[in-house]
Amino acid sequence: MAKLTIGCFSSLVGSMSLDFAVGLAEAAIEKGHEVDFWMSGNAVMLSKKGQKSFKDYSFLDKRIRAAMDKGLNMCACEACAESRGFHKEDTVDHPKFIRKSMDWYLASCHTADRVLHIGGE
Amino acid sequence: MAKSTSMAFLVQRAGYKSENPKLALTHAIASQSVEIYLEDGDSVVPIVAFVGEGVLNCKNNQKAMEVYDITSTENHIQSALLCDLKVLICKEDLARYGISEADVPDAAAMGADMTVQVVPWEQIHNELKAADHLLFF
Repeated sequence: MAKLTIGCFSSLVGSMSLDFAVGLAEAAIEKGHEVDFWMSGNAVMLSKKGQKSFKDYSFLDKRIRAAMDKGLNMCACEACAESRGFHKEDTVDHPKFIRKSMDWYLASCHTADRVLHIGGE
Repeated sequence: MAKSTSMAFLVQRAGYKSENPKLALTHAIASQSVEIYLEDGDSVVPIVAFVGEGVLNCKNNQKAMEVYDITSTENHIQSALLCDLKVLICKEDLARYGISEADVPDAAAMGADMTVQVVPWEQIHNELKAADHLLFF
């Protein structure tokens, strides 16, 4: 099995790139791969807990929780989150969901077999 | 055995229009502190390349602090140079946007040993081919 690092910089709801990235992470986890998922820029919106499900909008909260239960590692850029008013107490409450600085992403890329980087809008 | 990973940060978007150029630079600069996560002797070696609209980030005398009250992209480029990062600018695209090679950021006055390198696309392409990972911003 391999290690995949996914970096996503696109926003929740405002872009479908984050949905694609989460879908790819789910598929890789289902196949037994190790997956690190980095969120930076507007993608840190995915770190906000309390997301609600509406038929018109993407709802990824339930899916990322299920994937994390199966081993997905998720990490949001702490500075990007704080600058947007998403504080530690606002963060998705799951032991596999952490907040770190950008060097975490680089280190993950260093040990990854493949890196998929999805830039922002 | 020590492992080195080369990462190419390719900036294609104009500055201030989106957050991407700044994030490319700050992620590249984060290579300076990545060792805390790595095995002894391992390293991450970044290069930053500006191409297409991205070369618009490479004009000196930016006034971002006065206009937006934020650190300028120019200042981030200078920080990268102070950290001895390789910063490349596509020569053809720079000419296409009418920016002189004399008008690109420089950090010599701040004590940097490195300078930005204005190089043909072919050289940037070769750097991209040699990189372990490509990150498009």
